[in-house]
Amino acid sequence: MPDDERPGADDATTFDQARWTDDGAYEPLLSEKDLTEVQVGATGGDGDGSEDHDGTGTASPGVGEEDDESGGPLPDELTRDSLELPALAEPQLARHYSRLSEMNYGVESGPFPLGSCTMKYNPKFTEDLAARPEAAVHPDRPAKSVQGVLAVMYALQDYLGRIGGMDAVTLQPPAGAAGEFTGIQIARAYHEATGEDRSEVVVPASAHGTNFATAAMAGFDVVELPGDEDGRVDLAALESAVGPDTAALMLTNPNTLGLFERDIEAIAETVHDAGGLLYYDGANLNALLGRARPGDMGFDVMHYNVHKTFATPHGGGGPGAGPVGVTDELADFLPTPQVRRVSDDEHGEYELFEPAESIGKVHGFRGNWLVLLKAYAYIARLGDAGLADAGAKAVLNANYLASRLDYEVPYGPFHHEFVASAGEQDAADAAKRMLDYGVHPPTTKWPEIVGEALMTEPTEVESRSSLDDLAAAFNAVAREADETLANAPERTAARRIDQVGAARELRLSWRDLSE
Amino acid sequence: MTRNAQGSPFAPHTDAETAAMLAAVGVDDEEDLFDIPEGVRFDGEFDIPAHSERAVRRSVRGTLAENDDLTEFLGRGHYAHYVPSLVDDIARRQEFLTSYTQYQPEVAQGFLQALFEYQSVLVELTGLDVANCSMYDAATALGEAATLSQRVRSVSGDRVLVPDRLREGKRAVLDQYARGPGLSVETYPTVEGTVDVAGLQEAVDEDVAMVYAESPAVTGCIEERLDAVGDVAAANDALFVLGSDPVALALLERPADVGADVVVGEASVLGLGTAYGMGMGMFVTREEYLRQVPGRLVGAGEDATGRRAYTLTLQTREQHIRKERATSNICTNQAWLALRAAIHAALLGPDGLVELAEECVRLPRDLAARLDDIDGVRAPTFDRHHFREFQAHTDQPATAVADDLADAGYAVHVVGDHRLQVCVTDANAPAVDGFVAAVEEVA
Repeated sequence: MPDDERPGADDATTFDQARWTDDGAYEPLLSEKDLTEVQVGATGGDGDGSEDHDGTGTASPGVGEEDDESGGPLPDELTRDSLELPALAEPQLARHYSRLSEMNYGVESGPFPLGSCTMKYNPKFTEDLAARPEAAVHPDRPAKSVQGVLAVMYALQDYLGRIGGMDAVTLQPPAGAAGEFTGIQIARAYHEATGEDRSEVVVPASAHGTNFATAAMAGFDVVELPGDEDGRVDLAALESAVGPDTAALMLTNPNTLGLFERDIEAIAETVHDAGGLLYYDGANLNALLGRARPGDMGFDVMHYNVHKTFATPHGGGGPGAGPVGVTDELADFLPTPQVRRVSDDEHGEYELFEPAESIGKVHGFRGNWLVLLKAYAYIARLGDAGLADAGAKAVLNANYLASRLDYEVPYGPFHHEFVASAGEQDAADAAKRMLDYGVHPPTTKWPEIVGEALMTEPTEVESRSSLDDLAAAFNAVAREADETLANAPERTAARRIDQVGAARELRLSWRDLSE
Repeated sequence: MTRNAQGSPFAPHTDAETAAMLAAVGVDDEEDLFDIPEGVRFDGEFDIPAHSERAVRRSVRGTLAENDDLTEFLGRGHYAHYVPSLVDDIARRQEFLTSYTQYQPEVAQGFLQALFEYQSVLVELTGLDVANCSMYDAATALGEAATLSQRVRSVSGDRVLVPDRLREGKRAVLDQYARGPGLSVETYPTVEGTVDVAGLQEAVDEDVAMVYAESPAVTGCIEERLDAVGDVAAANDALFVLGSDPVALALLERPADVGADVVVGEASVLGLGTAYGMGMGMFVTREEYLRQVPGRLVGAGEDATGRRAYTLTLQTREQHIRKERATSNICTNQAWLALRAAIHAALLGPDGLVELAEECVRLPRDLAARLDDIDGVRAPTFDRHHFREFQAHTDQPATAVADDLADAGYAVHVVGDHRLQVCVTDANAPAVDGFVAAVEEVA
């Protein structure tokens, strides 16, 4: 390979991810390090019940030794016969998982501009607070004995209401998609309460896939709304899409191209005139912090993604939380229970109550409490000025980065994210090549309105110099040959993974590997 | 270097850098970057003051300290076991904590392998074939199982049967999921805290799409006729969905051996501990329903060097590809809690898991016997084997007993006018003597 095609020949950073290889695999599975079968129940208490299948693990002492008559505390017919799992000592496990962590890229590893995901730095102090023993209480405790939890929840409801311009907030939905589900169920309940039978939910073509799936899951027909040539909602198309069957329009603003829906007031009027509700998908709220509020734009119901906007960790896929805000008119439909403040009550300052026409529940208990606690701490840390600055710097960073790219960015003016086009290159291949430059690539091939889309959201946490590094990575890849891209990545723990093969010959557990 | 003291502490820009970046973009001011019509601009304040990190920590700790310091003997779907320190230590590594869904598997092998191992542990525990890498909690996993029944061709009908003693919150979530597909959720009777098989037989007909049973049940009772429940479901072409958890499954009958089609439940019994109801749902099923599974699946494949590597697979089931035809709308799940559960399970190993599960049978048995010796208390209420918890009769009104116990520093469930529910695991076992003494005092 000529030098000028290698990562590092340019001004871009290069990256070599840790890689452990062993006998045709990377770090072996726990099951390849040891599998020990223990006998369960009456026959398991004699100390000879375990069998170390590969001789590398620790011997099992057997189970249930303190039962006199039999090995186990249950009759045999109620128990399984045996259990076979790895039996490894703590130092072996610590090394296993440390190695696995080294083969994983996080926000502190480098830029993580995954579009629509808002991969911010996650402050450490919020983790410390969530680990406090006082936070570890059971949900069935009477309200009067968990006033601290309820105080935090009440304060977060209040903060979120102010930030979104909403009158009431539920913290129960455990993720953004669960928030959407909650919001759409509220819309259904609202229409039913007013004697309306509305069967359709309108979703712009450029919306997140969850919007379509949510509407379908709640039993609505999905009406897909084509965008206009500027990448925004086409008012004429909206006019013809809404009608007496419209329960709601689900809208992301700024949309997935990062564009603010300038006609939002007309959109709201059109939907409301048709008797529908306006739902705000909070995935892109980071762009608007302190500058615009969904409630002021005419939205009736919205969700917040606290793992995006309010910096709670994404945890490799979750847990997040997806609180839902509503206007006064919809407050009675919120999930149960809600937290409210009461004065002069002998049982405490905060209590739980069931809203008058509650849709019921969307989580078995109260949602992802420890995540909510982190979100509260983040908002309290930043305050008005910090939140507004977060939004401003997120938008500045996106604009600055875009201005440095060789790829075309067809739509604007964008806010916290933009969608570049890889042009003649395959966006997925370009993304794989970016990995060799030590950056996480953007979301690829979506939204489809941009050919070979690279949906990019740097967030406010990147400095000018890391944005320069990121731009250098984009630009280096933009100049590289298709063949180089197709062979990428080279420097990551694993090389390009054959997705089609993995889906054709499914192996979903270590049992499948041994068959 | 001057950073705007009023700004976000997590935005690294100095004033000079901000100015240079604005110039590079070609605007004078940050406000010029916002394309927001005048009519919807927000020029007010949230009235949320900023604080130092130390001030937030102090204030939140102070607020949380307003929780009464009670020793909890509480369960009913949310359980505590001792979580070893290694779980916290590994899970807090930024590579795990701050990453996201593994859309670029080549740089996410570590998390993918941990999730693959999590799936594998559930496959071993259940004897079924396919585990996803988490749902929100046990209740939403049950809801997803109900909607799955409508996508399975061998199943017809729209009635879902659940035990009459299902925990209220779980039932309410199931009702929520049932609304969209128009399922009718109905109950069948229980007797002595477990399934009344004859009653179930009477409730079932060919319109039943799913029969749900739990072991352990919310009463703490271990189900003794699971195979009969499976037979009833199978005879009516209904899915048999079993609720359990990974600690109980280390000891109890293997779901595959009693005819379960789907296993759901609270997998956060490993790795998390008490978290005001935050949990992690497991979802395990047979291979024949693979393409109808909700949520993410990690599979093993190969990379360009021919080495084994892991990736999310069968993503065509999911919302970001299939949109309104997806098997579920779930995107963000509880992956980090699955990692924690996997680490905890690995630390326990097969012996430790079985020992823990056996302790969950012995501890409530012993505690019930001690409470039963107290005048005015009869325990356990149901003549069954129990897991972690049991119900107890009190001659005095149960709320009065619970209030007095709270004054003495202990929390229990009130489940009837004269009935308490008490949960004991390794986590609160050291407090049992004090608890028994307190009950003796107040009952």
